[in-house]
Amino acid sequence: MSDLDALENQSIYILREAYSRLKPIAMLWSLGKDSNVMLWLARKAFLGHVPFPVVHVDTGKKFPEMYEFRDRFSKTWNLNLIVRDCPPVEEIDPSLPPAARSAARKTIGLKNVLDEFKFKGIIAGIRRDEQATRAKERVFSPRAESGAWNFRDQPPEFWDHFKSELPEGAHMRIHPLLSWTELDIWRYIAREQIPIVDLYYSRNGKRYRSLGDQDITAPIESGASSITEIIVELSQTRTSERAGRAMDHEREDAFERLRAQGYM
Amino acid sequence: MDGTALALKMAENATSAALTERFPFAIVGHVDHGKSSLIGRLLHDTNSLPEGKFAELKAASDKRGGQFEWSFLLDALQAERDQGITIDTTQIFFHTAKRRYVIIDAPGHKEFLKNAISGVAQAQAAILVIDAAEGVREQTRRHALILQLLGLRQIAVAVNKVDLIGFDQARFDAIAREITDYLRQLKLSPTFIIPVSARHGDNIASPSNKMPWYQGPTVLAALDGFTSAPVATDQPLRMPIQDVFKFDERRLVVGRIESGSLRVGDRLEFAPSFKQAKIASIEAWNAPTPLTAHAGQSVAITLDDELFIERGHVAVHSDRRPILGHRANLRIFWLDNQPLKVGQRLKLKVATARYPIEIEQISAVIDVEKLQPTQASEIGRNAIAEITVRSRALMALDLAADMQRTGRGVLLREGEIVGGALVLSAEASDVDKRLIGPDHLVTRGAREAVNGHRGAVLWLTGLSGSGKSTLAMGLERLLFQRGRQAFVLDGDLLRQGVTSDLGFSPKDRAENIRRSAEVAKLLADAGQVVIVSLISPYTEDRDRARKIIGERFHEIYVKADLATCESRDPKGLYKAARSGAIKNFTGIDAPYEAPGKPELVIDTTGQPLERSLAALAAYTEPAVALQAVKDAWAI
Repeated sequence: MSDLDALENQSIYILREAYSRLKPIAMLWSLGKDSNVMLWLARKAFLGHVPFPVVHVDTGKKFPEMYEFRDRFSKTWNLNLIVRDCPPVEEIDPSLPPAARSAARKTIGLKNVLDEFKFKGIIAGIRRDEQATRAKERVFSPRAESGAWNFRDQPPEFWDHFKSELPEGAHMRIHPLLSWTELDIWRYIAREQIPIVDLYYSRNGKRYRSLGDQDITAPIESGASSITEIIVELSQTRTSERAGRAMDHEREDAFERLRAQGYM
Repeated sequence: MDGTALALKMAENATSAALTERFPFAIVGHVDHGKSSLIGRLLHDTNSLPEGKFAELKAASDKRGGQFEWSFLLDALQAERDQGITIDTTQIFFHTAKRRYVIIDAPGHKEFLKNAISGVAQAQAAILVIDAAEGVREQTRRHALILQLLGLRQIAVAVNKVDLIGFDQARFDAIAREITDYLRQLKLSPTFIIPVSARHGDNIASPSNKMPWYQGPTVLAALDGFTSAPVATDQPLRMPIQDVFKFDERRLVVGRIESGSLRVGDRLEFAPSFKQAKIASIEAWNAPTPLTAHAGQSVAITLDDELFIERGHVAVHSDRRPILGHRANLRIFWLDNQPLKVGQRLKLKVATARYPIEIEQISAVIDVEKLQPTQASEIGRNAIAEITVRSRALMALDLAADMQRTGRGVLLREGEIVGGALVLSAEASDVDKRLIGPDHLVTRGAREAVNGHRGAVLWLTGLSGSGKSTLAMGLERLLFQRGRQAFVLDGDLLRQGVTSDLGFSPKDRAENIRRSAEVAKLLADAGQVVIVSLISPYTEDRDRARKIIGERFHEIYVKADLATCESRDPKGLYKAARSGAIKNFTGIDAPYEAPGKPELVIDTTGQPLERSLAALAAYTEPAVALQAVKDAWAI
């Protein structure tokens, strides 16, 4: 079994565990490459179906290409799409640095979705190799009623036995891509020919390596204009993927604080 | 080759062989013996750090006014830097010319054993780090023991901080002997014992020139020497069922093959239920439908027969079944604050199955220092022990020694994982295949499917002495012997409890019938073939019972003329009624309204019991047979 096959089978196992154990459940769709891979894996796990809602917590500040992508593929893939707007930045903790404060809108937006739909499970496409705090995550990661992540006291998780019981009001984050790397994602996109937003491909010497809000995401210098070229580029790079994400770098602990409060 | 295929081919070439094998390994050892530093050094020396990361951490360390610590790299959480210990497990990626590595950093602090286990369980090999100045410590031993419990067999030892002992061979040799002796007792043998200095980079990626007495490999070379675990395709098939999907016209039974292989056409048994069906197809999306599937694959299959299958069943080949039993001996590691004691009830979760267990016995708690079993009445947090458990439900178990993935599980208390368990031995129960029922909340249809028949109420009405009770008891035994769930509700017995407050007036008789009908209905809902033996003389009351019970009600008129009944008089009641000792006795001074349209009439006048019983059984079997198996899947 190839390494991509092993990752695929493991993710399918996780998705089926989540669907079997946590109801109601939904998947977050940020329209980026990782969540597209995650949706693809869901269709594999459920044999062409996506048997739960797909949620886009909309900051209103995504690139136009991303909205086009969302509208097109939510129809093509027959998704039960839920779109909810995030609250304005004025309502967010002013003690956060500017970009983190802007990103935290998504945390509140997600909380509102949870309040509205009472989801017990939220499937999110984070990966351990993205960021040091994400490296500490569990595949099934409980969140308190407030949405907070208690990284100091996480449940044990081994031999693919996942915590699935929750107190009232709490929810579970499920991370089927936790063991994937950025390069795995691209190799899988290439193998499966998964559609992605064009912004990942180089235009005028620049491309987006990671897609967030327009105002807090910066493109990287790159001539990679095809998946193949992106894979070659990533095989050689030593720059971190989220280098273009302003909120990760404002203060040493900014991202950790975001995550502890319920960010993805 | 078209454009897309060419691009894919190029993409595969670009990633090269080095990237396709992924090898997760753990770094374990006593707190502060230098695990995180070793990782930091490994990443730096293999040129794997993201650009700017080293400078960023150096700056952070300068800002704090301390010496640069390699461990800062991993201990990226603010809280950890403040406390100076690794709270949780971390995974980091790097690669050598040979393959990609996933480093699992497990915290050495005793408080965080559950995190260490969460990390190490994902590893295929481990490096045990020992501080050269401190030597083998409690957590060194405990971690080695955990490695063994978790099933890891490939271990290399890094004796760190050799610079602090002046690169002294004698002191290194003493530590090497001590750890080798300990590991030997665990039936583990280290591939290499390597003297290293993580801080200075000795024997990490490149050989050190400070220890000419050491000729062995570097840590990196030792890593490249570990081998990947073979996929267990040659073992017996075990596919624990995760779920049953019905998104479209297909009914898909899904799960991951933990060991062995399956093939379209194979007859599968769903342990511990004994139900069997053949694989009609292996389904796939966006890929050709395969004819076979192997260990490691998450699959979806369809069957040629719509059996009742649920999460927790294990698909096996019946010639290589797991042990089916109620009792097992387990070696456990306990992670909960509340100690485990004899008599406590937990769940044992093996793959997707959950069994309700009770702790029968604590055989021994393992002393980590000496590896000796000691007697104990309870198992405290972080202890390793051997226990005997008994399950109320039949369990399908493998032995950890034979089948690693299905011979182990976790202990659950109120849904929380409170321990890990290896099955050391299990006692096979003498099971009557046909009497295994479900022990979950399920629909009537699901229950009927597993019982193999429907619940029903056979309402035997007739005069006292007509033979109702005799027939009822005979039928109950007969059905039970045939594997049916059958139970008699006898009017006389009901009057001792459920209806003990009632007399024999028409009003009380009506209430007696009503309560009996409600009880019968509940039992039928529970899947039983309920045989009601009740005079029930009034048509109106019997009709009400029919209304309560619905279409599962079968009115059976056990007919015998009064003279015959009176001549039998098994309880002497006719005699008492004739003498006036009892009043309102049906047939004597109270009426009996014979059924107008009963489902069945059995005339016991002058007919031997066996023939009556045969007639009743012949009616019953088709009446309780499953009519629409399909309804059972609406769970």
